[in-house]
Parts: sequence; structure tokens; C-alpha cells
Amino acid sequence: MADWCRVNIMKLFRRRSFSHGVHPPAHKDGTAQIPIRRLPFAPQLILPLGQHIGAPAQALVKKGQDVVRGQPLAAAAGAMSVPLHAPATGRIREIKSMLTSRGSREPAIVLDVYEASTQEVLWREKRNLEELDQDQLLQAIQDAGLVGLGGAAFPSHIKLRVPEDKKVDTLIINGCECEPYLTCDHRIMLEYPDDLIRGIQLAMRASGTRRAIIGIEDNKMDAVKLLAERLRKASDIQVEAVETKYPQGSEKMLIKSLLNREVPAGGIPADIGVVVNNVGTLAALGRLLPRGEGLMERVITVTGSGVRRQGNYLVPLGTPIGFILEQAGYEGGPNEFILGGPMMGPAVSSLEVPITKGSSGLLVLNEPSIRAESRHRWPCIKCGRCVSACPMHLNPALLGQLALAGEYEEMAHDAHLNHCFECGCCSYVCPSNIPLVQLFRAAKAINREKAA
Amino acid sequence: MPGIELSHILIAIGFMTALGLMLSGILAVANRKLWVYEDPRIDEIEELLPSTNCGACGTAGCRPFAEALIRGELKPAQCTVNSRDAAEEIADYLGVDAGDVVKKVARLACAGGAHVARNKAHYDGLESCRAAAVVSGGPKRCAWGCIGLADCAEVCDQQAIHMNQFGLPVVDPAKCTACNDCVEICPKGLFSLQPVDRQLWVACKNLLHGDEAENDCEVACTACEKCAVDAPDGLIQIRNNLAVIDYSKNHLASPTAMARCPTGAIVWLEQEQPIRGKEAKRVIRKQALPIR
Repeated sequence: MADWCRVNIMKLFRRRSFSHGVHPPAHKDGTAQIPIRRLPFAPQLILPLGQHIGAPAQALVKKGQDVVRGQPLAAAAGAMSVPLHAPATGRIREIKSMLTSRGSREPAIVLDVYEASTQEVLWREKRNLEELDQDQLLQAIQDAGLVGLGGAAFPSHIKLRVPEDKKVDTLIINGCECEPYLTCDHRIMLEYPDDLIRGIQLAMRASGTRRAIIGIEDNKMDAVKLLAERLRKASDIQVEAVETKYPQGSEKMLIKSLLNREVPAGGIPADIGVVVNNVGTLAALGRLLPRGEGLMERVITVTGSGVRRQGNYLVPLGTPIGFILEQAGYEGGPNEFILGGPMMGPAVSSLEVPITKGSSGLLVLNEPSIRAESRHRWPCIKCGRCVSACPMHLNPALLGQLALAGEYEEMAHDAHLNHCFECGCCSYVCPSNIPLVQLFRAAKAINREKAA
Repeated sequence: MPGIELSHILIAIGFMTALGLMLSGILAVANRKLWVYEDPRIDEIEELLPSTNCGACGTAGCRPFAEALIRGELKPAQCTVNSRDAAEEIADYLGVDAGDVVKKVARLACAGGAHVARNKAHYDGLESCRAAAVVSGGPKRCAWGCIGLADCAEVCDQQAIHMNQFGLPVVDPAKCTACNDCVEICPKGLFSLQPVDRQLWVACKNLLHGDEAENDCEVACTACEKCAVDAPDGLIQIRNNLAVIDYSKNHLASPTAMARCPTGAIVWLEQEQPIRGKEAKRVIRKQALPIR
């Protein structure tokens, strides 16, 4: 049989995918059709200086100073850092340690918002984008305060800068949004396709790649169709539907699905010629850079059984989650609040915690849906479900046994603990309710402390 | 039996005997040639040591400690687990000075039990401080406070730590060998090994100021500076909103600072039992505070 024929038949029967993974219920129907709406400004915004991976930004403003929307509040501290821009016009109340979603207290700028302000963006740094060379473009991306908006908050200019000893041929744009409940990336693709395409073109220039592939899970065919329509003329940007399976949106899994390449253990995608960016990040890039603005707001999905008016909201950075819930309305009582999706998102323990650059959603699960699953932990019955679910092909059962025995170093050396990216598939399938990922996170924390 | 003859059995017995004799000969020669002199005092001293192999002295166990004593690198009193009498006995045996080492014990820099420290949320998961700490830092409002799920009590091989009715670990100074296990396991880094003669102690690590700290916990250090203003010669200083004692000036320490502390964050330890000042609010609540 001819080669082209075989490929087409394969495509008819199966979407591109990776091995292992799980199929949790999507729970996206509640918000997937709701257009993005802007949320009012909270009276007070809390802006942690360390919203990204890397060195925290250095504050440029003082207590009592008036600032306008868009103005830089903090400068990048070195290469592995990004600046922070004022999400609203107001006055700096103080700079002090505030509670973060991790539960620690980190230095943050507290901004009192002027209620009477029109909240226009009054500060811009215009650049002629056509004239910029690669380095200047990367600098502009850093100056915009851009980080990966998918959740990791890794500085975008570092991600797009290809290391000198590596060659990159493909830019992958991650539109999978494989986490249940979340629909903000889906809405961004539907509502801001032009920003997204402009962002992709800029990212291709910045990273020096000739080809771009947008990978979208096949439960969002409307977004696939819309983008394919828009991109009919641009031959260097493809749109590909991939199987709806968790964690398709992990960069290693998506590269495997789209290009059948594997990132080497301990390596980065650039090792195999790929750079991956999230659609939300590139839509923000395409929107902010031509205007010369910094990142001031982001789209989050506010959803879950505990929320009355679920939806996708454009939220100023620093908005406390308590304010968002006031606006969206939530059922009282003991709820579980999760920043991000239910598989990987951290549970937050206080409503004072603000939305930061890395928060992709706010999920409120109320008591019945929490109680529905048994909380009792049973012994491991060695059924192997976690082994067949782990997309990194690790042995979570073994890791769990080692964690309970306190053998943390062996977990790292013999069982490859550090290759676990905490997707949660093993905890999800475990019939004994063993909180495997929580054990792994604790073990990693102990190993980090010992290494320090 | 068909096929087996007596000669087969005799050959096997003869071969095994010859092999045994040959190997025992090699062992006998090796015993002579490779013999290493070992000081007989090592065994004698090891008998006098507590055999806990805790490592608190800095060596890998009791036998290496005994070897180090004979080499004169360590003093008998540096085994803080041993009684003073046993240390004197070893010193007599070796004809050296027993040394003067103050016993160290593990101490918790937190007094925020469930009756005084507020929770920000309810934690319903794996019963382990380490596991709770990775979920938003645990349920306590105070980001620095003791989570109270007994990782330290579990890791302690000497059973020197038990949890009190308010969910705080209590160290039994008689059993504690200062082995450092609890120091390493505590996710908030609240344990440290302290010589027992450091009687003035700040039982708090909260870095917030004033009411903010007191909202987290009724016995938090609010950085009011009452202890620091008349502390002799900079014994106590406020750093990052927390009272810090300079133990190089420990001889100046007195219960005055304890008496001044309005929240009871500074305590005076008698036999490792905390005494709080009269200024400190009397906390008579016995039940846990509600989540607020």
C-alpha cells in the first residue's frame, strides 16, 4: 500500500496521541459556551513580586505613590525574571509580605484602586515591531512581563530564546487545555484568533522557527475549524486536532503526539528541536506587544458546583479570589477552592490569596461533590493501574511505597521521582485512594531541602 | 540402590574433607598474616556507652565514638545521651578529663497549639505535616507555625516526642538524644538543637507585626519591642518583626524579658518546662479555635 494512503487511514480512525494517561470527565459544558466577560476592579489588589519562576521582581514604587494603569511597578531582577505592571490606576498602600497560594508569605505590592478612575491604560512603551531584531524582540517580550499563562508561569523570553548549541525547527502552540473544568484557552482561541495568530508570528520570529503547529484536543473542534479557516493562507502555521486525553496539554505529551519525538530524560524540548507555548500566552503576546503594554490581566475560568454564575472572566492580576467569588456568587458552607484545574491545581486555604499570572482558573467544589468520593486511604493492592496511567512511564506504586517508608533518596535515584511532573493520573486512578502525588510533592520538598 | 556404589560416597566424603582442610588451612594462615590489632579498650568503653547509635556526638555511632575517645579526639561528656556518672567512669578508665558539655535537646520554636492559633481552612487529607505543608502550607493561619500532625513524634526513634492535647509536640528532655531527626523532618523548620542552659527562649517564628501576628495566634511575637528596650547589652533584638536572642550573651539572660512579654511568646525554661510572665494573657481555653 502506498505510504500516503496508510497515513490517511490511520488519521481516519485515530487522532494523534501519546501512550498512557487518563480520561477524566470533562465538566466543560458549564462554561465552554460563555463568552469572556470583564470583572470589575477589586478595591484592593495584591501583587506578589514573585509571580513567575525565577528571581522575584524588584519594586520600583514606594508606599503612598500614585500609579497609573500599565505603569511598571517592579523591574525584572536579572535575565530569569520579568517586570510587573500596574493592573489598575491607584495608590500603593504598602509593600509587605502577603499570603500566596503556596501558603507561604511573600513580599507583595498592595494597590488601592481608585474607584473613580476610568481605568484606561495610560502607560505604554511603543516599539516599531517590524524593525526589531531577534534579541530586541525577546527584550520586548521580557519587558511586557510575559510568562507562561498555562500555569507554570515560566518567563516567555527565556522559553523562546533558543540556546546557542541547539537548533529548533518547530514552534508548538498548546491549545489542548486538558484539565477538566477549564475553558479559558478554548474561549481565547474562539474570541481572540487574530491576537493569537499575531502572537504566533511574533513568537516564530523571536525563536527563529519556520514552522508552527497548533495542537488542540478534539473536544474543541469549533476552535480547530475557526483557526484553520483563518490560517488558510498562512502555510507555515498548521492546526492539528489531537485526542482528548489527560495530560495531552503537558508539553512532553503534546510533542510526542504531534511530532512523535520524545524529550530526553532531564532535557528540555529545545533538545529535540521544539519550543512549546500556550495559546493564552501567545494571544497575550499578540495583543500586548503591538500596543506596547505589559501584562495586566488574564482570563480565568470560574467554575465548579459551588459557583452560581460560572464563566470565563477577564480578571486584573492581583484580584483576591474572595472578591471574584463575591462577584460570581458562591454557595456558602465548607467548600474546596482550587486555583487552576482539579488535576494539578493547588487547593488554596484562604480567600485573601490573589490571582497571579499563573492562575488559569478558580474551581469551587462544594461539600456534596467533595464527600462523593471516599476519603479513606486503603493499602496498595498492587493492581498496577497507576503504572498503566503514568504518562512518564514511571512506577507510582513503587514510589508510593518508598514514600511511606521514608526512603526519599531512593525515590530520586532508583525510581526517577524527579521525572514526575505531578499530573495526578496515578492519584486519580488509584482504587485505594492513596494520595500519591501529595506524597511525591512532600518527598521532593525533603530532597530539595537536603540538597540545599 | 542401583547405580550408586560405596566408592562414590567415599570419594565425595574424601573430597569434602580434603577441601575443608585446605580452606581451613588458608583461613588459619590468613588469621595470622592479616591480623589487625584492635585496642581492647574499645570494647570496654562501648560497654559503658548507651548503644543508641544516635549520632548526636557527631560520629556514626557508639563504636566510632569509643574509638574517637581513645584517640583523644572527643571527650566522654560529648555523648550527651549518657549519664554524668557513666561519662566520669569512662574518663576514669581512660585517665582523661570527662569534659564539660552541656546537654543539647530538641526545642520547638512555636507555642501555637489548637487553643491559641487560628486555622484558615480545614485540612482533610493525609495525616502528615509534610503532606499538609504542600497543600497551601497547611491549615494554620500562621505561615510559620506548627502544623501539628506529628511527623516529628513519628520520626523520633527514642520516643522522646509526644503530642499534647493542643496538637503541639512536647519533647521529653530525659529521652531526647539530640539526634537531629525531628529538625530535618519538620516542614516549617521549627525544631533546633539547643543547649539546655539557654533558658530564655522565643517560642515563635511569626514575622508579622502587631495585630496581624496576634490575629494568627494569641501567643505570637508581635514585635512590640518591650523585651528589647531594656535588654542588657543587646541580648535581645527585633529582627524582621521577631525577637531574636543573642546566645553569645547567654550569661546576661534573666526572666525579666519573659516577664515583659505581653503575649507569652518569650518563655523561661526550667527543666525544659516553659514559664510565662504575668503580663502574658492567661489562656485557659482548652478546645480548638474555630476556623475564621
